[in-house]
Amino acid sequence: MNAFLETFFKPNLIAQYLPSILKGVFVTIEIALAVVISGLLLGLVLAVIRSFHIKLINVFIIVIVDMLRALPPLVIVLIVYFGLPNVGVNIPSFAVLWLVLTLVLAAFAEEIFWAGILSVPKGQWEAARSTGFGFVGTLGYIVLPQAVRLTVPPITNRTVAITKNTALGMVIGVPEILNQATSAQSFSGNATPLMMGAIAYVLLFIPVVALGRFLETRFAWRRS
Amino acid sequence: MDALIQQFFNFDIMSRALPLVLQGLAQTLLLCLIVIPLGLIGGLLFALASLARSRTLRYGMIVAIDFFRAVPPLVLLIFIYSGLPFAGLRLSPLTAVAVAFFLNTSSYYGEIYRAGIESVGHGQWDAARSTGLNAFHTLASVILPQAVRNVLPDLVSNTVEVVKLTSIASVVALPELLYSADMARSLTFNASPIVLAAAIYLVMLWPVVRLISRLERRMAS
Repeated sequence: MNAFLETFFKPNLIAQYLPSILKGVFVTIEIALAVVISGLLLGLVLAVIRSFHIKLINVFIIVIVDMLRALPPLVIVLIVYFGLPNVGVNIPSFAVLWLVLTLVLAAFAEEIFWAGILSVPKGQWEAARSTGFGFVGTLGYIVLPQAVRLTVPPITNRTVAITKNTALGMVIGVPEILNQATSAQSFSGNATPLMMGAIAYVLLFIPVVALGRFLETRFAWRRS
Repeated sequence: MDALIQQFFNFDIMSRALPLVLQGLAQTLLLCLIVIPLGLIGGLLFALASLARSRTLRYGMIVAIDFFRAVPPLVLLIFIYSGLPFAGLRLSPLTAVAVAFFLNTSSYYGEIYRAGIESVGHGQWDAARSTGLNAFHTLASVILPQAVRNVLPDLVSNTVEVVKLTSIASVVALPELLYSADMARSLTFNASPIVLAAAIYLVMLWPVVRLISRLERRMAS
């Protein structure tokens, strides 16, 4: 028991590395929030653009969205991080992580919002149009409010899954939690910082995972 | 434009990297053959435990599932691979990946199975039991086939996520597709090998992603 505490919960190491882990927590929260906001917004915008049914644009959106859903985020991160500097574009590693995760979240969000828009019965469109709403008004006041409500549970779960990918920042040197924890581990030669990092992630994400579960059950209850 | 092509679509470098990248692909496929069945079976066990009659088991399992869904898989993997050796448990990269994936993907598959099982009406249980089937047979031949059909798009979609997730094994130096491509990148100072790996992932997963969209739309209508 004592050896276990010495390995994973060594008090003086906890005190020593708490500041850097907290710094990592701050960076993780920053990037996660930025990704959630920009990713969901971009996804919604793409879904709205898609509902205008302009063939050429839709094919373009579908191809890009499919690619972003089929590629592992780490692959995209490495391509952007190592490729762009060689063609003269220098962006800092946290911006690379933000950009890639935003695009990935936008792709998944677009699919979910689009499915939501499709699930609103045609009669709603027709009724709104016949009362004098234009296309944009129908979309904004009638269809989207219903569509977005339907998509809350899947969007929440997907958003959590993608924001957890902020941990990939470790690979390209973004000073987020995992990065702080692994470098503290190699300095101290002890697993305590890694345990602290893992606990930090659990504390950050358990509430949103639980929220997702709650939304799912509420959603199921309403449907039946 | 030329620099862009040189850096990302350099076919000369791609063809030189191809043998290495294909070796990586073989490892990735092998990894999938290990972690997908492991997750599908583990997920079923997790789901059954989270629906168990015993309240302790049920709540314990739900907490465990939420815990493993809250920890980023890369954190779990690094903890198992480089944290556990401090406690005297040193695992090979493959074993560490298998354990981390088992815990992570079983939790996700478990939630999907659970939703599927819950979507089958209770009358099905009662009817099957009253025809003389025992609990095991009821589950295996009456409940599960319907449950799986109801959540098929989610099962397929999660499997795509698992295949994509195998790329994080590169971080613990398991020589899979991304690891091999990244090695070629560091030798050639050129991103084309990773673009090649990306193309391989696309060839494998794009058809499945299309299929998911179609399945989801069919379920919705």
